[in-house]
Amino acid sequence: MRGGAPTAARAGVVPCGTCGLLSRPAGAVGPWTCPRCGDRIASRRERPFQDAWAYIVAAAICYLPANTLPVMTTRTIKYEEPSTIIGGVVYFYESGSWFLALIILVASVIIPLGKLASLAYLLATTQRRSTAYNRERARLYRLLKVIGRWSMLDVFVVAFVVALIQFQPFMSVVPGTGVLFFAAVVILTIFAADSFDPRLIWDAD
Amino acid sequence: MEPLAADIVACPDCDLLQRVPPLPDGGTARCPRCGRTLAHGRPGASDRMLALAVAALVVFLLANAEPLMRLSTAGQEVSTTVLGGAREMWRQGERTAALLVALFAVVAPFVYISAMLAVLLATRRPPAPRWVGVLLRWAEVSGLWSMVEVMMLGLLVALVKIARLASVAPRVGLFAVGALAFLLAAMSAGFDPREAWSRVRWADEGGGAGEALR
Repeated sequence: MRGGAPTAARAGVVPCGTCGLLSRPAGAVGPWTCPRCGDRIASRRERPFQDAWAYIVAAAICYLPANTLPVMTTRTIKYEEPSTIIGGVVYFYESGSWFLALIILVASVIIPLGKLASLAYLLATTQRRSTAYNRERARLYRLLKVIGRWSMLDVFVVAFVVALIQFQPFMSVVPGTGVLFFAAVVILTIFAADSFDPRLIWDAD
Repeated sequence: MEPLAADIVACPDCDLLQRVPPLPDGGTARCPRCGRTLAHGRPGASDRMLALAVAALVVFLLANAEPLMRLSTAGQEVSTTVLGGAREMWRQGERTAALLVALFAVVAPFVYISAMLAVLLATRRPPAPRWVGVLLRWAEVSGLWSMVEVMMLGLLVALVKIARLASVAPRVGLFAVGALAFLLAAMSAGFDPREAWSRVRWADEGGGAGEALR
């Protein structure tokens, strides 16, 4: 397209990310504020790639202990059995609840890994100013923002199992450090998705 | 450069300038370039939203005051509430994770519901005072971190897991959490923050911050 699509940036106006108002900034250089809601406005997010990459790397690092450290330990008089997230999936699968095994597998493994991989793909293609599959990449980004929270599932499962299985001295369940790392992965990927600016996908168009 | 009309919006996802036409009830406006939903047509949404928010507040109180489930085994009985899960994690040494559970399951939903109630009441007669803008921002942030629907699924999984070890009976709190998840989903799907912002008094009435396109 010659001259590109009619965007706010090309028209010299700045949309407010908080309230949506379009305004023509007073000075030539920022920072500018939105005349309606008073928030800081900018045509594009500052440092979208650096911030998002930093969160992705941090999340990937936390993902390792999240899966190798136990999320909870079952204590009985006879034994003490730590279990990881994958252990929980295997437990449900072997005891016949393949559907629950699938839910946990999707929420705890497929969504966080898929989110990390997809965000890395979006960042890499956008940094290369790729124009291929723009609509699909835009849709992928919207999907990531919606599904990321579901990874918190296992943290809640652990919380409620720990709260209820307290039959000292016969059987009790204590939480493990894996839970903390797992929650960190979810939070960091939410921040990563939030710090990326999807408008950059279209700027090369 | 021709001036921009007031009904022009910039797509938040791709920056394309476009005119959003008046929408019929149940209609949806999508960005032609990236496919993002820009607006829904639903007149009278404000009263509906207020009803949802009041219901959500009542159900929230119920979900947090009542036990979720009770289980009995070997002559012992245990029951827990939403905060009970976080409290036990705290007691067992996972303090940060406990705080996060409390934040996502109790604090964020409560802030979201309260802020929405205040916003919906205050924007009924525009122009709404400036503090409504602050609450709108609170509602946006707390909505992002409110995870009642995820907690609901987590509760069900925990229920099945525990049912192998002891007999479990669901209590009022569990049903309240389920209802709350639906009410919150309906609230965030039906609320249009951009429309609410248009009812709030402007921060910069003198125009020193820049020229708005009206």
